[in-house]
Amino acid sequence: MVGSTHFSAWSLLRRAFGGAWPEQWRAPEPRDAYDVVIIGAGGHGLATAYYLASQHGIRNIAVLDKGWLGGGNTGRNTTIIRSNYLCDESAAIYEHALKLWEGLSQALNYNVMYSPRGVMMLAHNHHDVRVFRRHVHANRLLGVDNEWLTPEQAKAFCPPLDIGRSVRYPVLGAALQRRGGVARHDAVAWGYARAASALGVDIVQNCEVTGIDRGPDGAVTGVRTTRGSIRCRKVGVVAAGHTSVLMAMAGVRMPLESFPLQALVSEPVKPVMPCVVMSNTIHAYISQSDKGELVIGAGTDVYTSYSQAGGPHIASHTLEAICELFPTFRRLRMLRNWGGIVDCTPDRSPIIGVTPVPGLFVNCGWGTGGFKATPGSGHVFAATIARGEPHPIAAPFSLDRFRTGRLIDEAAAAAVSH
Amino acid sequence: MLLIPCPWCGPRPENEFRHGGEAHVVRPVDPRCVSDAEWADFLYNRTNPKGIHAERWRHIHGCGRFFNCIRDTVTDRIVTTSK
Repeated sequence: MVGSTHFSAWSLLRRAFGGAWPEQWRAPEPRDAYDVVIIGAGGHGLATAYYLASQHGIRNIAVLDKGWLGGGNTGRNTTIIRSNYLCDESAAIYEHALKLWEGLSQALNYNVMYSPRGVMMLAHNHHDVRVFRRHVHANRLLGVDNEWLTPEQAKAFCPPLDIGRSVRYPVLGAALQRRGGVARHDAVAWGYARAASALGVDIVQNCEVTGIDRGPDGAVTGVRTTRGSIRCRKVGVVAAGHTSVLMAMAGVRMPLESFPLQALVSEPVKPVMPCVVMSNTIHAYISQSDKGELVIGAGTDVYTSYSQAGGPHIASHTLEAICELFPTFRRLRMLRNWGGIVDCTPDRSPIIGVTPVPGLFVNCGWGTGGFKATPGSGHVFAATIARGEPHPIAAPFSLDRFRTGRLIDEAAAAAVSH
Repeated sequence: MLLIPCPWCGPRPENEFRHGGEAHVVRPVDPRCVSDAEWADFLYNRTNPKGIHAERWRHIHGCGRFFNCIRDTVTDRIVTTSK
């Protein structure tokens, strides 16, 4: 890899005996012009830049971020990876992402700690059972692994789970995707940043976009930022919760609403959770990080907000559910709690593609579950920007679907109630 | 949790209310006469501003009525509510 250390067991060992670690990506001043400007240095934006540079030969790229890279939802999510969505279009993009996850550490020469420990989604009532079994069958037809477990099998897969019948919402079964799991979210941002930077991509942090310039024909001619104006023909907006704000700079109204979504972690404990467990009905999801903290995801607030916080009652509601499902966790103390701003679409599916403004591309609407799609999203969005037309996997996720009515309803698969 | 001043009942905790989305979204008078793009704009597109937001709430566990609210989406501070 150009200009940076190649990581191997030998190079790590040698580094352990001394010497400062070199910076893993450059910190350049923004230039006057680029071929492509990506707004948002989260996982999706950095992945987009990396695939543009590595697969499409476009290396004159800037990735701009108003804060630091990976400091938004990429560094705030609960890192769950799975592909067991219902619709064909969704299964295609999430499965595309899952296949990239499987080889990502090798491709980036950076350990993203992808751990396919299994994602188990619990059914608590008759309707859950019907919906999840339908998902299992739909997934099987598409070649996506997903299997149905009885409560006893679920307990065997995840011993701390309480499958007693006396609780308010007893476990009636579960859908398990064994290839699902978690990855280290920061490492994903750092790995893509390092690989993209080595290919010549300029990652410019603390550089907020304040305007999008357009020529007489309406096409994009550049962006204005807090660190000066930058000329470019193509702009990719990958700004999650702030997408509406940025698109408004180009006069485009979006079918998005931004909500705070919370997560929290417990004090670290010895390994106790062998997998990821999610429950849509009583609203909780939980896994254990390699540091030992239980990582818990809560729901969104009911109102739109950019506050990066979230109501305490939302998190308490989730903890009540966790304590019912896992009585042994009741005495654990929570260490940290934070929020991120997620952009939700009406059909709970993302928007990836072209916009009414020539040269302006958008990748947004991942709502409460974008992390799992990071490699696939970046891969198909890079192809879309490079060719100026949607990648086949991205095509159904057009902004235009809200006009044609061809929505991709994943409200039941999206897991987080909103 | 927000403390929301219902114009009929006075200040009440957020969990007595349901969020009603952006205010002043007007349904086209005759849906047969609008284009697909205009209809989609009515159905799906929202201002989603960072800052002052005009929205509706409904006091479902109180008087049951809708009302308008002006709230700052950065601070979550409610500027005013009105009938």
